[in-house]
Amino acid sequence: MHAGPVAAAANPWLSWEYLERNGGDVLRYTQQHSTLTLQAVVIALLVALPLAALAHLRPRLAGPVLAGTGVLYTVPSLALFAVLAPYTGIGRTTVLIGLVLYALLVLVRNVLVGLQGVDPAVRDAARGMGYGRLRMLVGVELPQAVPAIVTGLRLATVSTVALVTVGVVVGYGGLGQLMFRGFRSNYHAEVMTATVLCLLLALVADLLLMLVGRLLTPWQRASGRRAAREGADPREEAAWAS
Amino acid sequence: MGILNEAFRWLNDPLNWTGRRGVVELATAHLLVSAAAVGLALLVALPAGLWLGHRRRGATVGVVVANTTRALPTLALLTLLAASGWFGNTATALACAVFAVPPILANAVTGVGGVDGDVRDAARGIGMSGARMLWTVEVPLAMPLIAAGIRTGAVQVLATVPLAALVGGTSLGTIVVTGFATQRYGQALAGGVLVAGLCLLVEGLLALVERLAAPRGLRALARAAASDARAAERATAPRRRPAPVAAPGGTGSNGASPSP
Repeated sequence: MHAGPVAAAANPWLSWEYLERNGGDVLRYTQQHSTLTLQAVVIALLVALPLAALAHLRPRLAGPVLAGTGVLYTVPSLALFAVLAPYTGIGRTTVLIGLVLYALLVLVRNVLVGLQGVDPAVRDAARGMGYGRLRMLVGVELPQAVPAIVTGLRLATVSTVALVTVGVVVGYGGLGQLMFRGFRSNYHAEVMTATVLCLLLALVADLLLMLVGRLLTPWQRASGRRAAREGADPREEAAWAS
Repeated sequence: MGILNEAFRWLNDPLNWTGRRGVVELATAHLLVSAAAVGLALLVALPAGLWLGHRRRGATVGVVVANTTRALPTLALLTLLAASGWFGNTATALACAVFAVPPILANAVTGVGGVDGDVRDAARGIGMSGARMLWTVEVPLAMPLIAAGIRTGAVQVLATVPLAALVGGTSLGTIVVTGFATQRYGQALAGGVLVAGLCLLVEGLLALVERLAAPRGLRALARAAASDARAAERATAPRRRPAPVAAPGGTGSNGASPSP
């Protein structure tokens, strides 16, 4: 479709009519976007947990692990997709690998911060009760690190939602696909709808994860209230800022 | 590997480097747009951040701003600008500047706001005015954090500029996007390597600059702290074994178990 005089006459940024006519497309791309995000974050978490645990158990490895994920993070997404695409093909796999690699740095760093931030007294108590190193990690340190892990998950999810759009270069960018199509055909409503949906998706995912975090740490609510009375929780703030 | 060969051949062709839209020209454009974006972001974020930090306000503002912009896809902003008629490198610089503001702002606020209250009191006690205190006391002490923020922002901009190639900007990203569009994946790969190389190079250079930007006193302090920590580690490690009583620092109170 060429943007003729008709399009120039009426090209609103928001149009309900667009949604009604293209509901199926919009839904499909939103679905693609959200499943891609979900898969990427889940895989990244599955990779990040052992990596961070390793870096925590062997502090000597913490430097290399963080530096390695940091270098991956510095490589721009466009470049990464360009390097991956010839080997993993055009489409889903390439985008997924890229997203996982980017989510990795945030997750590894936050899990590590959480594990290292465990109160030494708690660790001592566990050791005094005869906990071995591995059992302490799984039974004591990991649950204690849940708030930091959830913070990392929220950060990773929100940035992954934004990053999926870059998948356009390999033809699998979820809502980015709509954005780009709208740009190509100079259809303002399409660009705007995709953008708003992206923001909404990020917001909803963030809220959901926040809820999950609350449900996972019932003990936090009591101490959270106490902390709120005494001032903000410094650990959470630090994790957000990093 | 056919594609690897293709990429090498592309990189080896001098015409791809010097000609119109060659690597040199594109890299220059890339760096210029990035510099403009970072400059623009600095112009907005640095005064605001310093002021907010100085007044001890806006710590939460920084966090909120940082998180909302994280959710807005760069591509969305670029396409929105392009769709409303803002093409080319000015629009790119503008869009990238928006994404460079949060890290610079947040770090300036945290850096200046985190200066020790005693130090501020001392500065006020010897009769410094607010502005003088900001320039001679707070900014130098916050320099490492401020520099880190600028570095993060700059690298982010450098990584974002290539995306503008999708909506008609000129940068090293153009090579990648054209490569994909014409299904010359070797060229796309070569472009990807160039973009990644540029980013890593600038990141390394900025890390050096960041280290130099810290005032000499602070650098000495950091070195001393590091060597102190190392010395303490060496000193306490052997002593911990025979003494099952609480070790200093509270890292390990049980002498028999390995120190964490």
